[in-house]
Amino acid sequence: MSTTKLTFAKAINAALDTALEQDPRVLIMGEDIGKLGGVFRVTDGLQAKHGARRVVDTPLAESGIVGTAVGLTYRGFRPIVEIQFDGFVYPAFDQIVAQVAKLTMRTDGRHRMPVVIRIPFGGNIGSPEHHSESPEAYFVHTAGLRVVAPGNPQDAHDMLLQAIASEDPVVYFEPKRRYYESAEVDLDALASAPSMDQAVVRRSGDDVTLVAYGPLVKTALEAAELAAEDGTSVEVVDLRSLSPMDYETLTASVRHTGRLVVAHEASRTVGLGAEISAVVTERCFEYLEHAPVRVTGFDIPYPPAHLEEHHVPDRDRILDGIDHALGRFDGIGLAAPAGASVEGGAL
Amino acid sequence: MALAPSERNANSPYPEDSAQNCPRTLSLLSPEGVRVVTGEDAARVADIDDTALAALYSKMVVQRRIDAEGTALQRQGQLALWAPSKGQEAAQIGAAEAFRESDFIFPTYRDHGVIHSRGVAASEVMRQWRGASHGGWDPHEKNLAPVQIIIGAQTLHAVGYAMGAAFDGNGGAAVAFLGDGATSQGDVNEAMIFAASFKAPVLFFLENNQFAISEPVTLQSRTPLVDRPRGFGIRAVRVDGNDVLAVLSATRDALARIDAGEGPQFIEAVTYRRGAHTTADDPSRYRDTELESYWEKLDPIDRVEACLRSRGVDVEAVLATAGAEADEVAAELRAAVVSMTEDDPELLFAHVYSEPHPRIEEQRAEYLAYLAETGGDAA
Ligand SMILES: Cc1ncc(C[n+]2csc(CCOP(=O)(O)OP(=O)(O)O)c2C)c(N)n1
Ligand SMILES: [Mg+2]
Repeated sequence: MSTTKLTFAKAINAALDTALEQDPRVLIMGEDIGKLGGVFRVTDGLQAKHGARRVVDTPLAESGIVGTAVGLTYRGFRPIVEIQFDGFVYPAFDQIVAQVAKLTMRTDGRHRMPVVIRIPFGGNIGSPEHHSESPEAYFVHTAGLRVVAPGNPQDAHDMLLQAIASEDPVVYFEPKRRYYESAEVDLDALASAPSMDQAVVRRSGDDVTLVAYGPLVKTALEAAELAAEDGTSVEVVDLRSLSPMDYETLTASVRHTGRLVVAHEASRTVGLGAEISAVVTERCFEYLEHAPVRVTGFDIPYPPAHLEEHHVPDRDRILDGIDHALGRFDGIGLAAPAGASVEGGAL
Repeated sequence: MALAPSERNANSPYPEDSAQNCPRTLSLLSPEGVRVVTGEDAARVADIDDTALAALYSKMVVQRRIDAEGTALQRQGQLALWAPSKGQEAAQIGAAEAFRESDFIFPTYRDHGVIHSRGVAASEVMRQWRGASHGGWDPHEKNLAPVQIIIGAQTLHAVGYAMGAAFDGNGGAAVAFLGDGATSQGDVNEAMIFAASFKAPVLFFLENNQFAISEPVTLQSRTPLVDRPRGFGIRAVRVDGNDVLAVLSATRDALARIDAGEGPQFIEAVTYRRGAHTTADDPSRYRDTELESYWEKLDPIDRVEACLRSRGVDVEAVLATAGAEADEVAAELRAAVVSMTEDDPELLFAHVYSEPHPRIEEQRAEYLAYLAETGGDAA
């Protein structure tokens, strides 16, 4: 095993390069992905290496990109589509939800949809409107799609190759604010990588289960570290696959800890936190020592950059959620100032 | 102010179209059955002698019969819905006659004639109208996508297929069928942009049947639809869509141009939906008998019959053969439709994904266990 230090973006680039090299049916399409290498440079150098017929700059039309990708599957291609930013996927929503997701069922399984739709998502990058959204729940709610969100460069590489190999359509969410963070990546570890359907316990703990995915995995691990300094043992589950969700890993963890906190940037109502809380409550009811706690973006349109730090859950809000899950605020009302009467609520 | 039907250009769907502003409409067989035999458009269908024309006539008659069966089966409660194609036989049969096996076709819900021409059994066409499936046939075996209900979405699929053909260089073309209403969809406009930019080998075949449910084509466009593709850099022609020879000629020409590397082509076939939008529709609410009878005189089947008669062809014999075939198709159709009993709950879960999916498997197991517990009575 040999590793290289790679950014998230470079890890994705390496996976795309490998896929293009190994399978002539693979092609990449999107806006500005050719000469420019994508607005985030994720596809940097790929067109120069693989040519303009395999790394395709498309007209500026998202429905057109996804719709023609569907047509390419009839021709035997395995298209990888890049949506430039999360907030620009909506023009393609119909093609994704009504075509990509449904064609396998529509053809009684005779036509397959090996399409990967890459979407940079999430906030805290100081951008104008539409550049910081977390639309994953729309896609998770849509039967026929698989939805994944890697939380580190190794997963970004391995899960992308798994997504490309899948016969099903995969919406692949990339935590854009982590694009330029580096980690050691083993580019030859795919064979031993966990399946992209699986969640992974990133840090073991005993007191509370903390579930996160994408950009908040790192934040969750930092929060767990801080909690440990205060003597709270947090188990961090990196969800990875948002659909299908790995109930087994989630429930095993909560059966062990008895408490659940879910963190995501997306709005709360009918977000993934709601689903995870419901699943855990249904399956681990007798193990739960506290109601599940959600630490999420508010039910508001993504706010202007100057306000986003209030909206996107950070370490402190996650720690606050952990305190709630531990019952430290019980009996004193949720609005009490953090730390006001910890013992009073705990027992 | 719309002109009275009698004042309009015969082939124009547009109330404002006088003979002056109506673009040229290709016509090779007049409503009276007079055939044009000179010129390059006619030359492209010179091989269609009386026998071949009788065969086309036969196909149109069979299609009209299948269509009538569809409506009847719906009325009898055997189909959930049916979208009549009556009046559009020349457009569909004429186009399909030009297609090669290697052309990949992307039809709409009204293109029964095209679908039948691809060798799909009428009973398979009915599966989705019966509610037995969302599809019916193997798209790869027939080079025929499932019918599209999302208006316009299939045009992008056709263009994508054609882009693939351009990329892999292995030949072949795609055909997208679409309606006049569809031309307002963003997808159709995006499809034309992608097709032009990538010089994709794709034919857009527009069946302008004057209506999108209740909305007249003039609500979709204030200018002839054939004028639109030019703005995208796509060559477009307008044909009398009730003239099977004109449609065949134009389609052959378009496919030849695609093969010659000229890129995307567009045909506007001007026709008329003589039936209801679907069996759930009531056209008397939005169109009058004057319009109906105007188009009745332009019927695509009658004019072929008139032509054949004028040439001394024994039309009764042709009709007898066509009628026998139609009877056979109708009987097979009826038997197949009535015996479709896809109510196995396994089918709910079978093809949502191609690869194993734990949540689907879990829900399938849960539901099957529930059915077993309740003796299946619940379903
Ligand atoms: C995106 C979308 N909007 C609305 C409908 C409902 N609808 C079904 S058919 C139809 C009219 C389509 O007209 P046109 O494209 O002219 O085709 P035609 O029915 O005349 O063959 C409408 C509005 C639909 N199926 N899809
Ligand atoms: Mg119409």
